[in-house]
Amino acid sequence: MSRAGLIRTGVIVAALAALEAACRTGLIDRFSLSPPSEMAISAARILASGEYTRDILATFATVAAAAALSIVAGFGLGVVLYRFPRLKRAADPFLASYYAVPSFIFYPLFIVLFGLNRWPLVAVAFVFAVVAMAIASVDGFLSVRPILLRTAASLRLTRAQTLRHVILPAAAPYLFTGVKLTVVYAFIGVVAGEFILSGSGLGYRIAFAYQSFETATMYGLMLILLTAVVSVNMLLWARERRLHARLTR
Amino acid sequence: MLTGPVETLTYLGGLLADHEFQLGVWETARAFGLALAIAWGSGLVIGLLLGAHRLTGEVAEPILTALYSVPKITLYPVILLFFGLGLSARVAFGAIHGVVPVALFTMAAVRGVPPVYFRTARSLRLGPVATARHILLPACLPGIVSGLRIGFSLTLLGVLIGEMFASQRGLGHMVIRAMETNDVRLLIALALFLVAVATGAGALLLALDRHVGRRGAGPR
Amino acid sequence: MTGGAALSRPEPARTGGSAAGAAGAAHVRVRGLTRVYPGAGGRPPLKALGPLDLDLAPGEFFSVVGPSGCGKSTLLDVLAGLSAASAGSVSFEGRAVTGQVPDGVGVVFQEDSSFPWLSVFDNAAFGLRRLKTPEAEVRARVAEALGLIGLSGFADAFPAQLSGGMRQRVCIARTLVMRPRLILLDEPFGALDQQTKLLMGDELLRLWRETGATILLITHSLDEAALLSDRIGVMSARPGRFIDLIETGWDRERDSRIAADPGFGAITARIWSQLREESLKAMRAAP
Repeated sequence: MSRAGLIRTGVIVAALAALEAACRTGLIDRFSLSPPSEMAISAARILASGEYTRDILATFATVAAAAALSIVAGFGLGVVLYRFPRLKRAADPFLASYYAVPSFIFYPLFIVLFGLNRWPLVAVAFVFAVVAMAIASVDGFLSVRPILLRTAASLRLTRAQTLRHVILPAAAPYLFTGVKLTVVYAFIGVVAGEFILSGSGLGYRIAFAYQSFETATMYGLMLILLTAVVSVNMLLWARERRLHARLTR
Repeated sequence: MLTGPVETLTYLGGLLADHEFQLGVWETARAFGLALAIAWGSGLVIGLLLGAHRLTGEVAEPILTALYSVPKITLYPVILLFFGLGLSARVAFGAIHGVVPVALFTMAAVRGVPPVYFRTARSLRLGPVATARHILLPACLPGIVSGLRIGFSLTLLGVLIGEMFASQRGLGHMVIRAMETNDVRLLIALALFLVAVATGAGALLLALDRHVGRRGAGPR
Repeated sequence: MTGGAALSRPEPARTGGSAAGAAGAAHVRVRGLTRVYPGAGGRPPLKALGPLDLDLAPGEFFSVVGPSGCGKSTLLDVLAGLSAASAGSVSFEGRAVTGQVPDGVGVVFQEDSSFPWLSVFDNAAFGLRRLKTPEAEVRARVAEALGLIGLSGFADAFPAQLSGGMRQRVCIARTLVMRPRLILLDEPFGALDQQTKLLMGDELLRLWRETGATILLITHSLDEAALLSDRIGVMSARPGRFIDLIETGWDRERDSRIAADPGFGAITARIWSQLREESLKAMRAAP
């Protein structure tokens, strides 16, 4: 491990130890925050008991569906914005401030449209996440050096061949970043929707545990959710770094 | 169920004159202003420190990236437990959303200054203050402004989320109430208002971003 | 390599302001070529090039030198079919070139255009694979091209691991495997150091002899033009026109050692005498 990596591990371990000590000595009120060790134990118990397995799977399946839809549609939207620069110029201010407005406030409308099941959650997460993928895609396409496009033309490539064999690989790091953001935003959309109005899912269970003063369960569930998101992200992040390393000189 | 655009606009016009709505706007604006000051201020300081000290930056970057990617909405019960149902909870929620991107962008901007600029500063015998003022600041400005812009958006998002789940006041709370009472007309009018304000501010910041970016020095 | 010393070298002959020779077997034929950029935002349109005429004989090595901004690269773009002429005509092997790169034309740019996500081998094979060439033939032709430019040992390397000169050779290999009959080079060695430049020039001459292709080289280097070419077209400041055409009279078997030949000095002196005034004009006009 690198020096920075060692120090980082040390910093994280020290922070967890300090938190643990603060909770154990009563510096932080037990009712507000469980010690990290108890969070981990609670998370392990939840996973072992299987009591919440259905909720966990429901949340992850919903996120996966929303992320998959967002990635495909966002990519398509990115292609359209790339092909029509005027459209992009007109859309820029909206895209730039899209994430200032919590678009999951439209969740109730989706419930009206789809009924009270998992589909409104997919829809609300899709609306939230698709723009991240679209922005990343169009940024990636625009980042392709013009010389590579001229090279494609000089090798007599068709438009489809240019997209498939030049623009896509050249924009790959950006697309990867887009996928990463899309997964995060899909999580936010689904969990927010489950908080607002739902009868199942991790977000619902966390809110329920909070309201019924089950602090240990609440932190256990939170730990499971956050660990899952951070792990997915770290995996994608590592791949992204490798891609960047090969493409930059 | 859904309302037409003309009807929505008329309704929004009436809403703008409504006292309760004005109070909500004021509450949100106050929380947002405080949260933005905290997010921008501490984000800049953290970013500058991490950018200036290479090892600290390398230690902190993956941690910050991980924090950036955490769906912070999950943490709303924690914020409630610590801050209670009040202004501080909304401000805290806004600030934790905005601070990380500002710090990350600032750090990247400081690190991205070509070393030859500092060698030039030394060869011109500039002191540390003059170097910071005349070399570092103008060279980093484009990156920093981009970070401030994204921090602006996410802080607003954070404040609104905070108001939705952890407050009895502000526009976010009005949204939740409209949801609970199924008042679609109010919901759409509120959304329209928020979109208009956010897009207006976003367009201004984007223009500033591009202006600074064009003049910004150095290869990207 | 042979033939450094025994060079037949007649005095540079003046052929006047038009590069169009007798009609007939011209490989590339340009007539009245003009390129005007429309003025954006109320500014007047900018005349970048022409009108100019040019005939290239099959297998000829022709160089274009000119001051910055004289439209050299625009000329290459139009010849390649990468951009359209505003007026006039370009034909390659008797067929008009319009808005698309014709079959049989290869282009090498100044800027590094190797694909960073592909290995050297895959870079070179890129064009052939798009044509769905059988893999066995792809292998054979890529191996041949890599051998020709001295990159055989680097087939599995990625561009990021190579020097600037080697990356430029990757781009040349990618063009060569397509077996172009006309190769257009836009300052391909512009970003390289002087010594590498000379050696790359020698390689280019060898490739030219072995492939029999017609070459048009755009350059801002007087030496490069004088060393490599059969004929040199000297361009004026914008809008670029040919103000001189110089026949070098070098042997087909030649390399960079002809720099020691007194004729080399005479040619560069003649180019510079034409170009000095134009370069000053271009410098003063530069924004």
